[in-house]
Amino acid sequence: MQQFCEQLLNGLNLGSVYALIALGYTMVYGIAKMLNFAHGDIIMVGAYTLLLSSTRFGLPWYLAVLLCAVVCCVLGVSIEKIAYKPLRNASPLTVLITAIGVSYFLQSSALLIFGSNKQKVDSLIKIKGFTVNGINVSGESIVTLSVTIVIMILLTLFIKKTKMGKAMLAVSEDKGAAQLMGVNVNATISLTFAIGSALAAVAGILYMSSYGFVGPYTGSLPGIKAFVAAVLGGIGSIPGAMLGGILLGIIESMAKTYISTDLADAIVFGILIVVLLFRPTGLLGKKRIEKV
Amino acid sequence: MSLLQVKNLGINFGGLKAVDDFSVNIEKGTLYGLIGPNGAGKTTVFNLLTGVYKPSTGTFRLDGELLNGKKPMEINRMGIARTFQNIRLFSNMSVIDNVKVGLHNHQTYSVFDGVFRTPKYYREEKSMNDEAVELLKVFDLENEKNNLAFNLPYGKQRKLEIARALATKPKLLLLDEPAAGMNPNETEELMSTIRFVRDNFDMTILLIEHDMRLVGGICEEVTVLNFGTELAKGKTSEVLNDPRVITAYLGE
Repeated sequence: MQQFCEQLLNGLNLGSVYALIALGYTMVYGIAKMLNFAHGDIIMVGAYTLLLSSTRFGLPWYLAVLLCAVVCCVLGVSIEKIAYKPLRNASPLTVLITAIGVSYFLQSSALLIFGSNKQKVDSLIKIKGFTVNGINVSGESIVTLSVTIVIMILLTLFIKKTKMGKAMLAVSEDKGAAQLMGVNVNATISLTFAIGSALAAVAGILYMSSYGFVGPYTGSLPGIKAFVAAVLGGIGSIPGAMLGGILLGIIESMAKTYISTDLADAIVFGILIVVLLFRPTGLLGKKRIEKV
Repeated sequence: MSLLQVKNLGINFGGLKAVDDFSVNIEKGTLYGLIGPNGAGKTTVFNLLTGVYKPSTGTFRLDGELLNGKKPMEINRMGIARTFQNIRLFSNMSVIDNVKVGLHNHQTYSVFDGVFRTPKYYREEKSMNDEAVELLKVFDLENEKNNLAFNLPYGKQRKLEIARALATKPKLLLLDEPAAGMNPNETEELMSTIRFVRDNFDMTILLIEHDMRLVGGICEEVTVLNFGTELAKGKTSEVLNDPRVITAYLGE
């Protein structure tokens, strides 16, 4: 029981990180109808920013967090402007290949600048954990979970309750019609990339606090898993990304403990296949009924 | 000065002149019809006037202001709104949210206000809500406000499109086949709604329509397009009886 609770907590912790990344995937997909495979590498950039600002130059934690978010936002928006915007009307395959290209570009740039060795990043989280009934609750878990919950609430409020949120929904439904209703589509898309990248920065910081090492390929596996989480929850759906991320984290953590560490990833991807067989739109995905 | 001044507007797609040398002046408060056989270029004219297509030749002005080459978003903000021939509502959003998207350019609160719920947010959100409900009432849609747009019956979807376009507070409203697919009763009702909008919103309306009862019933002036060029123009009753127009529609 004690082990189960601790693993559940670990799973929630990991799942929160996946969920934050998955939100970026799903929002960008919803609005720009593209899979931004460079999204995972934004985490890596965030992690390196943290390494330089906090571990090397000793900036206080709030400045380091702010810097990470700003760097990732600027990077995300620039990638959209430079690489994706000229392809707005190109075929989805072209955009997909470009996204993969951007991903390799970011990884190779990091390899060139920082070298291939993984480097130690000091955790920003200094809060001490506590023990209840023999269950260890780490400081990292407390911070990760609370940060994720706060972010999810703010994001939901933003989308449901502000005019920019409504503009986002409108753009995701019909770009052309939204434009003709006076919605600034380019600004809305940029905003989406900015929010998604800021979330990736936060995810990167939280990921570093638990795992502690950054290398040029740090972003790719969490990126792919978050993509799986987004598809599992229903790509394009924001609550779906949250649910998918948390579920994936718990499943992975449980599989590692009770089945096999080596098989954990296989189980995660296996579940994706099963879910897609029975619910192709994902758990919370919208069913599109075509009216005839 | 006319509200809308269109001069020699034209566009080529490759070698095809989809619209050629189209000119019209529409006075404020007019109900103006744009008719013609299928493929005559009517919707292309709308796409030119809303900035979806950039004209190859000619100019158009609203209230004296040159609009050529402006983006759809800018043109909308300067006062031209439209509906679509094939309905393009935000179908997975609620009825009232569709209208609110139209209203959103007239709100000034920031993201900060929205997320942290400042008094300003509540004040503006309330006035926006009231305004949206008011608009829905005009179209008899206030009881449907929380339904998803795609669950509305067809006739009401058409009305919601008009409400959404009006929410952007245009000076000129473009209606693309508003009566398409409606039965005679619904068309009758639509005609009085269009008149009501013109009179109560102080609106100038340019509409494309195939239903000649509607055109003859409410439009004061019409232009007939055929193969992208103007065939006839003038008072509705005169134009509809013009032998050239009848030939274009029915053949020799």
